[in-house]
Parts: sequence; structure tokens; C-alpha cells
Amino acid sequence: MTDVRAAATADAVAAASEDAYARIVAALIRVTGDWTLAEDCAQEAMALALQRWPQQGVPDNPGGWLMTVARNRAIDVLRRASVERRKLAELAVLALADPGSAQAAAEEEVVDDRLRLIFTCCHPALSMEARVALTLRTIGGVPTADIARAFLVSESAMTRRLTRAKTRIAEAGIPYRVPTGPALAERLPGVLAVLYLLFTHGYNAAGRPAFADEAIRLARLLRQLMPGQGEVSALLALFLFQHSRRDARRDGHGNLLTLDRQDRHRWDHAAIAEGLRLLAGTPQDGPYALQARIAACHATAASVEATDWPAIATCYDRLARIQPSPVIELNRAVAHGYAHGPAAGLALLAQARAGGALDDYPPAVAAEADLTARHGDRDRAAALFRQAAAVAHSEPERRALLERAGELLGGDDRTRRPPSG
Amino acid sequence: MKYMMFVCTDTEPDTDQVAGPDIEVWVSENDARGRRLEGSVLAPPSAATTVRVRNGQLLVSDGPFTETKEVIVGYDLLECADLDEAIEMARAHPMARSGRLELRPLADLDDRRRD
Repeated sequence: MTDVRAAATADAVAAASEDAYARIVAALIRVTGDWTLAEDCAQEAMALALQRWPQQGVPDNPGGWLMTVARNRAIDVLRRASVERRKLAELAVLALADPGSAQAAAEEEVVDDRLRLIFTCCHPALSMEARVALTLRTIGGVPTADIARAFLVSESAMTRRLTRAKTRIAEAGIPYRVPTGPALAERLPGVLAVLYLLFTHGYNAAGRPAFADEAIRLARLLRQLMPGQGEVSALLALFLFQHSRRDARRDGHGNLLTLDRQDRHRWDHAAIAEGLRLLAGTPQDGPYALQARIAACHATAASVEATDWPAIATCYDRLARIQPSPVIELNRAVAHGYAHGPAAGLALLAQARAGGALDDYPPAVAAEADLTARHGDRDRAAALFRQAAAVAHSEPERRALLERAGELLGGDDRTRRPPSG
Repeated sequence: MKYMMFVCTDTEPDTDQVAGPDIEVWVSENDARGRRLEGSVLAPPSAATTVRVRNGQLLVSDGPFTETKEVIVGYDLLECADLDEAIEMARAHPMARSGRLELRPLADLDDRRRD
């Protein structure tokens, strides 16, 4: 019985902390300017909730309860340090009312503290790794030990990095503010890049899936805070499309399955529908919107054959113009290969590889192998698949590529890819 | 906050053909706004002298602290609310294109986190 109750309480704390943690940390940073104090107090409030709520029951307004406890704790600490009276006075009036109150709503209209926190954690004067780690820790409330594991460093090393980042914010004078005017347009892509990196970290073969969930949660939060920014909605849509395939991406042996081999019934169709709704409300096509439109074409197709490849190829053409990169050129070649025939794809791929940036890049070799197979040269295609396997970064990838090579030589019909056009 | 802005050369300057900002305009505008407290151009590194004391003994040597291809050619002392304001000043300086600018806050030993 106690276990059940403890589990229910843990759930209640988790649910409350999901929303309240970043809110509390952000508000305490605004008033005290002390990042470590803010995090410590928020965490102590969570710990106290886990201790008290099983006996006293979960309060009506868990978020407000947590904020009050954290605020009182901060006042205690600061009073002992005899900080200036102004800070203490501001802490004392720190909004405690339930989030629905008129005062809280009016304050949120100005600028949400959490938005300030996101832009500060993602400031370009911090290294990319520091930005990702700080965002996870401060906005997501992810334990330092988990972040350390994802970055493959020891917990103490990650603690030092986070401390250094926080010290740097104070010493370098990085403002706790959302930029305005043209600066916002310059800064927002950096914030989105952090979320994208976070998502990729969770989505990779060897990644931690929880980080993909966290990236989606943060993208939702950002969208709620900046509803007018189309690229924010587009990024969230992109995450949802990719994440919708999480259960279908591997076979029973843990091997990665390419799109054409996934069971589309296992895709998360509610997530796809949500992504489509988000994308429908995004009139301007920035880099994330174009990527999301490509993902939407895949997500809504009944099969690889039924995919709208010409639309995907057009999106890649536009993407290559506004955000040129070897990887986008590679994907563009593949899309044209399906839309307009393997010869067109091979020609574009040769252009993309001319710079040498894609040498030994497994997906580039695999793409050439696939286009070559569809062009009819099975022996050369099999050799290319083996070459791609030799440079593959993970074991599941390597196995999948070798399997393709084997099928080609064995004359397996499954390798016959969709017709052109 | 006070920032020391080191004005440095760079071996790979911007190749953008669009005309860059004028240094005279930059100085007069920021002086007028009280954001540039002082600044100057430095003599070349060949005029530098390095001073050290080791075990009570004075060591004076010819040349700069480090021998690099990029050198500090000047400095400006800025008074800014925060790093973003300092970055805005730096981006409008002509040497942001033909060289690079390093912003270093002056350590405030009394109160490191002034609002």
C-alpha cells in the first residue's frame, strides 16, 4: 500500500515539477541573479514535496506550493548572507498566486522568465556543448549524472563544466534577457539549433531516447512562449514526424530499418496529425519548415512507392539554396533519384561529392550504392554497400548495409526500389 | 560593466565587398553616447618590451608576450550594460571585418554580479 502511495506521490511531484521546475529556477534567477542558488532551492522544494506529500496529501496547487517553498528557502539563504534589502523584498513578493491569476497572466505577457532563461542558456558566447548541457540542466531539470552519461564524461567533469558555464554568464556579463528587434531573429536560430542537437542526441542509434522527449517538451514550451515564430512550430512539427517512427525503426534484433522496411502501422499517427496541424499554420518556409515538409511527405505516404518524391525534391532544391551543405546536397540527390530516376540522382550525387566533404561518409556511399542498384548494376552496388559498411559508425548500421549487399548478390527481389517518377 | 576591447588583426579577413563602417564615425558616435571611455592605437609589436621578475631578478626582453601572426593593434575601453551591448558595439567596428575583436570584462572585485 505504502509503495502504491509513494509511487502516486512520485508521479504527482514529477507532474508538478515538469512545469514548475523551470518556472521556479527562472524566477529565482531573475530576482537573485544566482544560478546555483536558484537550482538548489528548486531541488530542495522537490525533495521536500517527495517527503511531505505522501503524509499530507498533494496540495491543490502543487506548482504554487513548490514555488513558495523554494522562495522561502532562497530568502533564508540570502538573509544569512545579508544581501541587499532590495533583493529580499523582491523575493518576498515573487508571484505565488496560482498561474491562472490575473496578475500572473499580466506578468507573463511582458516576458516569461523561462523564455529569458532559454535565451541565456543558449547564448552564442557559450560553447555549443555548454549550451546544450545548461539547457538540459536548468530548463529541463535533468540530473547532472544523466547529462554526463549522454556526453560520455564523468559526473564531476560535467559538474565542473556546468559551474564554469554559470560563472561565465556572470563574469562575461551575458544578459538574462530575450533579445528584441533584429537581434531576436539572429539569436532564435541558435536556440532552435540547441533543441535540434538535443533531439538528435536522443534519436541517434546510440542516443538516449529521453533526450528526444525532452527536446519535444522544450520545443512545445518555446512554441507556447513564442507563438508567432513559424520556425519554432516547424521545428516541433519536424520532431513529431521523426519521433512518430520511434517504435518502427528497429527489427527484433535491434537492427535499424530503413523507411521502406518499416511497418507504417506502428508509426505514431496522433503525433503525425499534430505535426501536420502545426505545419499548416506555418506560412513562411524557413530551414526547419522545409525539413518538416519533407518529413511530412514521408509521414503521410502509404508506402515508399506512394511517396510524393517530386515535392520532396523541390523542398530540397529550396533548402539547398537557403542552407547549402554537403549533407543537404546528398539528400537532394537521393530525392531526385526517386523523383526523376536513378540517373538524375547519380548525376546530382557526383556533384555533391565533388568537393570531397562526403568522402567516407557512410550515408553518401550507401546512397550511391542504392542508386547504382536501381540503375541496374548489381555487382557494383553490392561492392558499394560493403564499402559503406566498412566505414559505418555503428554496429546495427553496419549489419543493415551488409545485408543489402548480400541481398543484391543473392538476387533478392526486395531490393527492387520504387519506380522512377 | 567595463569591457576592454582588444583590437586584433586576423590572417583571414572578411572578403565581403560591401563597404565597411568608418572608424571615425564609430569613435565619435560611441564617445557621444558615453559607451567608449577611451582607446588608442598601439605601436607595432616590434616596439614591445616584456618585463618579468624571477627570483628577485629583473628580466627585460625585447618583443611581445607571444609571437603570433595575429597581433593586438589597439584597444578601447567600453562601458556597457552587458555583453550584448558590447557585442553590438564590436560588430559595428571596422576591425570586426578586417580583423577580430576580443571583449574582456574588467573583473569587478567588489561585486562580480552587478545588475
